[in-house]
Amino acid sequence: MTVLLRFEDVSLRRGGRLLFEGLDFELRPGEALQVAGPNGSGKSSLIRLAAGLLRADRGRIQRPSLALADDNLALDRELPLKRALGFWGGPTEPAMDALGVTHLADVPVRYLSSGQAKRATLARVAASNAALWLLDEPLNALDTDGIARLSRLIDDHLGEGGAIVAASHQALAGHWRQLELGR
Amino acid sequence: MIARLIARDVRRGFTGTSWLPIAFFVLVVALMPFAVGPDAKLLGRVGAGVLWIAALTAALLPIERLVEPDRANGVLDQLMLHGVADEAVAAAKIVAHWLTFGPLLLIAAVPGAALLALNGPTFVGAEVALAVGTPGLAGLAIAVAAVTAGLPRAGSLAGLLLLPLAVPLLIFGAAAAADRNSSALMLEAAVSLLLTAGSPFVAAAAFRASRT
Repeated sequence: MTVLLRFEDVSLRRGGRLLFEGLDFELRPGEALQVAGPNGSGKSSLIRLAAGLLRADRGRIQRPSLALADDNLALDRELPLKRALGFWGGPTEPAMDALGVTHLADVPVRYLSSGQAKRATLARVAASNAALWLLDEPLNALDTDGIARLSRLIDDHLGEGGAIVAASHQALAGHWRQLELGR
Repeated sequence: MIARLIARDVRRGFTGTSWLPIAFFVLVVALMPFAVGPDAKLLGRVGAGVLWIAALTAALLPIERLVEPDRANGVLDQLMLHGVADEAVAAAKIVAHWLTFGPLLLIAAVPGAALLALNGPTFVGAEVALAVGTPGLAGLAIAVAAVTAGLPRAGSLAGLLLLPLAVPLLIFGAAAAADRNSSALMLEAAVSLLLTAGSPFVAAAAFRASRT
């Protein structure tokens, strides 16, 4: 079976502080990994490392094409949501539908609330067709309906042979392998 | 993706404030007759240089919105995750920036030349020199915008970085406008080519360094 994401003996140092070392794990299709740990333990850094936006001090990382949802919206604020999502390509309509933001299609991105913006970020990932999703604090600012929709989306993605790494200090619904940082 | 990025940046340029540097350009040119007096002969002699100084200062105005919003909003990160090389992103931004800046500047140089009482040949020379030099200026603007993105008071720092680097363009550009038979135009073209071709690599290195 193919491996979607592989960390081999990965160490990361940030601002002179060792966040983690000798990190080894593999993620196969259909698997979900939750990165947990207290504030400042390196959850977001691990996500950015997995995305290739940071370089490891040591070790090797093997990654497929992936999609990332973090604090950065990466959508043009002056455009209506649908056009802003359209810039990144992929099937935007089903993704907007899945996250319940279809009624916001014509609303400029700058008017979205933080919860709606989080849904829009997740819709960008859902539309991406990438096998691996990296979600940094996906539950932040989401209401109960948003959390339920995200859970369904995650289940569907895993069912289709995708894999997910989510950094969160809150419990996530479903079966997640745990990776505890900062101990 | 590259074509989409260029189209997006051009749209953002035109719906944003692309007229501002142009208005600034005309204003700086219009100040000159007030500063040195309305002597047509004197103005005609310094006119080509004035157009270039105005173009350089106008090129500084948009720098803070060229790269920083896309860095802060995660667009540069997402482009990388979509498999677009940072160098290609920078090159697309240079093309888009030139499209929203170069042609407008060439048009604004028409009233500018009239305000400075430039004669026909000098006016044509200035337009040719600006057309040749503005791609280099656009490349320099993107490179400097990328290097200063995210820094406090990036605008002032950008001026300190960009203006000295633009001196060769200024020297050969103004000389080419004044005397079209000199080899200044070829040298200006060489400088412009070097800046345009080198900037994507400088900007891309800055994009990478800014990822923390």
